[in-house]
Amino acid sequence: MSEHAAHNEGGDVVYAQYETIEQQQESYVVGMWSFLVTEIMFFGGLFMVYSLYRWKYVDVWSKMSTELDWRWGGLNTTILLISSFFVAMAVQKAQKRETKAQINYLWLTVLCALGFLCVKYVEYQAKFHHGLWPDALYTAPHIIPHGEEGYSRIFMSLYFAMTGLHGAHVAIGIIVITTLIFMTKAKAPSVSDFVPTEMVGLYWHFVDLVWIFLYPLFYLIPK
Amino acid sequence: MSAAAAVQEQKVEKNYLNADHTIASWLLTKDHKRIAVLYLISVTFFFFIGSIAAGLVRLELTSSQGLMLTSEAYNKMFSAHGVVMIFFFLIPAVPATLGNFILPIMLGARDLAFPRLNLLSWYLYVFAGILAAIALATGGFDAGWTFYTPLSSLYSNTQITMALSAAFIAGFSSIFTGLNFIVTVHKMRAPGMTWFRMPLMIWSTYATSVIIILGTPVVAITLFLVILERWLGIGIFSPEIGGDPVLFQHMFWFYSHPAVYIMVLPAMGVVSELMAAFSKRPVFGYHFVAFSSLAIAGLGFLVWGHHMFVSSQSVYLSVVFSFITFLVAIPSAIKTFNWTFTMFKGHVEFKTPMIYGLAFMGLFLIGGLTGLFLASLDTDVHLTGTYFIVAHFHYVMVGSATIAFMGGLHYWWPKMFGRMYSEFWGRISAITIFAGFNFTFFPQFIVGYLGMPRRYHYYFFEPGWEVYNIMSTMGATILAIGFAMPAFYLTASLLKGKKAPQNPWGAKGLEWEKAASPPVTHNFSEPVVVTEPAYNYPTLDEWPEDDAGVEAALAPQGGKG
Repeated sequence: MSEHAAHNEGGDVVYAQYETIEQQQESYVVGMWSFLVTEIMFFGGLFMVYSLYRWKYVDVWSKMSTELDWRWGGLNTTILLISSFFVAMAVQKAQKRETKAQINYLWLTVLCALGFLCVKYVEYQAKFHHGLWPDALYTAPHIIPHGEEGYSRIFMSLYFAMTGLHGAHVAIGIIVITTLIFMTKAKAPSVSDFVPTEMVGLYWHFVDLVWIFLYPLFYLIPK
Repeated sequence: MSAAAAVQEQKVEKNYLNADHTIASWLLTKDHKRIAVLYLISVTFFFFIGSIAAGLVRLELTSSQGLMLTSEAYNKMFSAHGVVMIFFFLIPAVPATLGNFILPIMLGARDLAFPRLNLLSWYLYVFAGILAAIALATGGFDAGWTFYTPLSSLYSNTQITMALSAAFIAGFSSIFTGLNFIVTVHKMRAPGMTWFRMPLMIWSTYATSVIIILGTPVVAITLFLVILERWLGIGIFSPEIGGDPVLFQHMFWFYSHPAVYIMVLPAMGVVSELMAAFSKRPVFGYHFVAFSSLAIAGLGFLVWGHHMFVSSQSVYLSVVFSFITFLVAIPSAIKTFNWTFTMFKGHVEFKTPMIYGLAFMGLFLIGGLTGLFLASLDTDVHLTGTYFIVAHFHYVMVGSATIAFMGGLHYWWPKMFGRMYSEFWGRISAITIFAGFNFTFFPQFIVGYLGMPRRYHYYFFEPGWEVYNIMSTMGATILAIGFAMPAFYLTASLLKGKKAPQNPWGAKGLEWEKAASPPVTHNFSEPVVVTEPAYNYPTLDEWPEDDAGVEAALAPQGGKG
């Protein structure tokens, strides 16, 4: 591809299929938003399943919620919110072409993401320890009334499916942001303008936003 | 001077096919046209795999005792047929093959917005196809293409997990294609190519892409939950621990009903092109046809419950789904009537693509109207789960989508490969396919109405059905011959076909008027500016009065190409 690419006056790379840098940048942004729409539908399916079962088994849901530690969840929410601030700053620095500051903010975002995964690891470890992994060996907590153990297993299934999928998105985010950092450092032509950083920022905000919904839905169910 | 002219000539004759000859230049290409050719080869391959499975199914049913397969083997055969045909042929056939090739050219663009993503989506498709093939080779899977729980999640011991993974990955392939098309339509139109100057093929491909990016992620997560259930034993759909197996059906059909429109909408786009090109008339009611595509896409998301009238679904919900399903008939009828009026007072030429186009109209009419029988609650209770359903959706998926794919393939073949095919064999094959198709599936309406259940490999309790089944199998043989013919004459066309002129049909449209046959790597030799609406054929007054004048107006244009 690069052999067909041309540089415009600003030194940005315009790929062969585009007429102008503006057309290219707008295409990237429309593409990213369309991708986020698919992500919303992807998680949306899970949120729909969640609402259905919570409505059906509301008592078990609120009992199971106490099995999750709201403090760990709250810590993670804080970490992600701060990381969103960092990535927003990185986008702003990229627009101003302050590459050094941009890279520092991106590193801070990665740091937050790693912190999030560490907390998640501690939490998952505790669940495994308590026999709450929803496979055949699952043992329901004592607070769950006899005959409703299965419902609590659905709760844990959804907990692991939804937070696991979210965690996978965080891990992908780490890979993407780190790649962006090294490409920016290497002055790769495809990241010469701010748009790639902005798209990574959009993705990261989305990942953050999913967690903003997951936290109250799992950790903060009223008694 | 002459040397310079020779160099010039050589430059002109460079096109996307001969720009580079190495295998790597094909496997690493970012050219949408080459990727379309890669798709064409791979969907053809899977079409033949799926056909073999269909042939075995038809053969088994020639005897009321079941001819040769065990129940288990039969289940695996129709599952293989369904999964391969739907996920690996029908869904990518028109959009990813024909759409990929023609969409940027029709828009006056040099390529899709994201060429690398386009290549990635082909690789995902191939990877998914290989997974499905491995699943078939290592024992197959028996839960149908619909993978209903709890059969797929709890009871089946076959290669379901691998088949689900294949469908999951194929889903991402189509998501990326759809996303690419949406961005391309929004951002890559040539100067002057306004929304209402776009050919109707673009409108319907756009509507399809909207369905793909809204629907496919939902089926992806659904299949993923079934994979998790088989793998870990988590119980979202497991009735044993309070899960709801019918929830799977809701989530599955939320995508899979719109998926029918993923197959048929681009097919409708192809037919719009064919009707205009071979009647030399603008498509009647352009705006209505364009918006009916969007209407079908929108309504398509509100009708999934009509697959579940006999599940535990609330009857009040069923009434609503039934009503909305009837509404889908309105935009479909708008299209059909408008295509018919497009031919009115036109110079209709019965070339091979047009024969396919007309076949589509007839078969889609039957497929669509029998859909209304099934949308009515009371008749559906009688007909659901019978061969009537099988006949109905084959009229839509084969009779409409596949026939239109064949029509589009023949229409754009000279543009894709720069060669003409044998018109004689093209017509023979089109008519054979049309006849064979009806011969195969019409008896299934009757035997389904009489009560023959689908997915049974014998019917010894009602030997009278044998005659319909034998008829159907004979029809399938004719159909197979019809589909085998293009394999020969299209290959022959590639090897020694007559060179195609730039515009062999005398049709309007950027791909015929501005792009060479075959096009150059970046589609156009000079920048495209659009100054006229789509299908800008002469009005009735402008047509020459005498036969010789008409003949001249219909002749191929654009020189030697």
